[in-house]
Amino acid sequence: MTATRQTAATSADLAAGRATPPSRPRRTAAGWLWLFNTRLVLGLVILAIFVVGSFVLPFFCRVDPALQASYMKNLHASPAHWLGTTGLGQDTLWFLIFAVRNSLTLGIFVGIGISAISTAIGLSAGYIGGLYERLVMLIVDSFITIPLLPILIILGAAIRGNNNFLTIGVIIVVFGWAWNARTIRSMVLSLREREFINMARFSGAGTLDILIREIFPYVSAYLVVGFINTVLFAINTEATLAVIGLSKVEVPTLGSIIFWALNYNALFTGNFVWLLAPIVATVLLFLGLFLVSTGFNAAFASKRGVA
Amino acid sequence: MGVIQYVAKRVGLYLAVLFIGVTITFFLPRLLPTNPIDAYIGQIQSRANGVLSADAIAQLRQNLEELYGLKGNLFSQYVGYLNRVIFHLDFGPSFTYYPTPVSGMILNALPWTLGLLLVSTVIAWVLGNLVGVVAGYFHTRRAATVLEVVGILLYPIPYYILAVSVILLLAYVIPIFPLSPTFPVGDLSLQMVGSIIYNSTLPALTLVLAGFGWNILSMKALAVATTEEPYVTFARLKGTSNWTRMVRYVFRNAMLPQVTALALSLGTVFNGALLTEILFSYPGVGLIMRTAASSGDYNVLYGAITLSILAVATAGLVIDLIYPLLDPRIRHR
Amino acid sequence: MIRLDNVVASYRTGRGSINAVDGVSLEIPDGCILGVAGESGCGKSTLMKLIYGDVQSPMALAAGSIEYGFADGRGQPITSQTIRQHWFSRISYIPQSSMNSLNPVVRVGSQFVDFPGADPDKKRVLEQVRAYIGKLGLPVETLDAYPHQLSGGMRQRVMIAMATFFQPDLILADEPTTALDVVVQKDILMLLMELQEQMGNTILLVSHDMGVHYQVTTRMLIMYAAKAVEYGESESVFRAPLHPYTRMLIDSLPTIGDDRARDGIPGRPPSLWQELRGCRFADRCPLATARCRSEEPALVEHRPNHFAACHHAGELLAPSGGPAWQ
Repeated sequence: MTATRQTAATSADLAAGRATPPSRPRRTAAGWLWLFNTRLVLGLVILAIFVVGSFVLPFFCRVDPALQASYMKNLHASPAHWLGTTGLGQDTLWFLIFAVRNSLTLGIFVGIGISAISTAIGLSAGYIGGLYERLVMLIVDSFITIPLLPILIILGAAIRGNNNFLTIGVIIVVFGWAWNARTIRSMVLSLREREFINMARFSGAGTLDILIREIFPYVSAYLVVGFINTVLFAINTEATLAVIGLSKVEVPTLGSIIFWALNYNALFTGNFVWLLAPIVATVLLFLGLFLVSTGFNAAFASKRGVA
Repeated sequence: MGVIQYVAKRVGLYLAVLFIGVTITFFLPRLLPTNPIDAYIGQIQSRANGVLSADAIAQLRQNLEELYGLKGNLFSQYVGYLNRVIFHLDFGPSFTYYPTPVSGMILNALPWTLGLLLVSTVIAWVLGNLVGVVAGYFHTRRAATVLEVVGILLYPIPYYILAVSVILLLAYVIPIFPLSPTFPVGDLSLQMVGSIIYNSTLPALTLVLAGFGWNILSMKALAVATTEEPYVTFARLKGTSNWTRMVRYVFRNAMLPQVTALALSLGTVFNGALLTEILFSYPGVGLIMRTAASSGDYNVLYGAITLSILAVATAGLVIDLIYPLLDPRIRHR
Repeated sequence: MIRLDNVVASYRTGRGSINAVDGVSLEIPDGCILGVAGESGCGKSTLMKLIYGDVQSPMALAAGSIEYGFADGRGQPITSQTIRQHWFSRISYIPQSSMNSLNPVVRVGSQFVDFPGADPDKKRVLEQVRAYIGKLGLPVETLDAYPHQLSGGMRQRVMIAMATFFQPDLILADEPTTALDVVVQKDILMLLMELQEQMGNTILLVSHDMGVHYQVTTRMLIMYAAKAVEYGESESVFRAPLHPYTRMLIDSLPTIGDDRARDGIPGRPPSLWQELRGCRFADRCPLATARCRSEEPALVEHRPNHFAACHHAGELLAPSGGPAWQ
């Protein structure tokens, strides 16, 4: 630990058998400060940059970034085009900014949808138990076992003509709720045996009451972390579909930009920035989300230790 | 007695999950907004430039409906479907490569997929856990934190980013490997094996990197917790060497939850493998599915889904059955 | 003879350093069963660690020395620096939580041979162990079993077998019976005594249970707030304790036929973080005087082989609560 917080313990003191008095204890953190550790702050900063940047900057864009042949193709980075232009004559930077915005939007909506469904199912399965739980868990396990991508490929093939970007979101929700439901249910299971639930039960509270007032606050910690992970999953899944060309690739997203770059031979034409920029953006965005997720986790865990 | 119960339960669950999966794939085409038969007939017509007579089209439609099991009421369709799929593994002919049976196509591609998956998953799991256990056992040293940071950096990166980055780095910036792999056909020879390995390295590397980070992180956390257990402390006080303690005491115990975690992650790993195949044009099930998706070859798609479910569920079952071999507390009640 | 000479064990923490054992000097004769008693935090576990040689950061042997009185294979006397190499050959340890001290995924037998003190010829050793554990009341199949298949009592016997099989000179037992029910406790204690009689080694037994000490030990060491406050033959200590703290510890033991209400000892031990002057028990001691609060009593031999660190050693507590001469 830090040497500055120790008072000087001379060997003479030790030999004489005298214990050295402790230094002044740290001031205890007040209010919400316990929440913020290094990881969390770093992650939030990254996220803030992405969210603010991608939602505010588009207002300043005069040209639709998805419109092809707006500029010369494959231009190098310059003051006019900070990241150059794509093989389709679009400004790379603006396309990327819109891509981040669309991916984030989709991610958040899908995240909300999945969280709502999986929380309801997980909570109820965990608390009600019995045959209901067994049936639900069987369905959940089946959904987990069925690999998502083949299903998405089929659905992507079928709806390619469909002009709605949100359809993709709906599909992801329908097939992506299972994992989170499982996590929430096992957490509820461990809760069921805890003392404070039994206390509430013995004091006569009804099932719904217990669900809302006792279990939910405990669960909410997991919900925050789960939500962020779901957003990650959603952005990921859409991008996966887009990269292989089965989403609505005209819409700029983190996945579709990679799709275009790959299919227009970004590497052969030497326009590797077109490919590199979304990679860096995706990695940073995911890193930010991940840091926020584990940061929350660590903060909640240590608070639970204290509380 | 405990073992038999355990096995029976697992096999029962396996069959139930398979059944539900097959049922879902049965309903899938009926839930789609587009009718695959119409789509196919549309394609045939455009290819034949409208030369087909109305009678021929009607006959074709009828044949397809029979093939698809779309005749008769829902229940008889369902039973017929189950019969075909489960007992005969018959998914009908491919539309694009008519009349090649779908099962044949998939079974040709399956060994490639399985090979890639097995090799990379095993490497990622073994390597990741070994690194993790060392990092966890010596967690006070600085090198351990470095390893953990490596894990943190790798873990959130999605498969497609890893694949594209690997291409960028190792096929473009430092062109060791080919930008698009080509796989030789013909008889098995040493040269061919070498060529296969060379061309498979990039996709395999992608899959290994993807799984590696998570294994390091979770194993490190487990190892740190296990090292504090009383039996590890007691082993230290017996004078047991660091190596023995790390391997026989910490690793042998910490790897058990990791085996379970592997079983749970099979779906994700499989998805990642398919995606990687598509991006690298690797001749596995993934590529077949992608091309089938472009050409509207629905039979291939349904066949591939069913086999995917079968593959993932079976792999999970195998791992579940291996688990008692590793944990004597399950083996001997 | 084991000699501790003004041993001080310090812990370095973020808040400063603290002496968990603060100047203990003892001579422990060979072949005795020494019980170490005291409240939690008195330093008995740290003393055990020191004697065992399990000294690692943040703990350190800040002052003093330990001589073990036995020599290694080459005739060199073993000191606290070298004792580590003799773990589970000349000195051994019976841990507190036997429930969890065996590797759950490895057979019991192989845990007898997986440390350096063991003979490299594993097969021969296992044969001998098989014969040995029969004497401890364990069936032969024990060695081939996994720990979860054994009961708590059996597991503790396995720990004792492990600790005694190599016939060490010194055995340290840390609360060996705490996790067991009373009936099994008695068996284990009898087993320990039997083995000690046969092998003639020295046993150091730490327990907070005075009843255990009463049954088993030949010598007693009472510790309080990192200091040794009483040390002598058990019979003498139990019959006529010199230190008021010992007196109160013993008085808390129930006896059959005696229906009097038992008193606890009010108050708590002083925090080792502060400057301590005088006798550390003064705040809770009914015999305390001004001299007690200013002058620290030394561990002095008040009766043959019976030491106490008290200015009023031997004064009885009369029923009225005041002092009376013995």
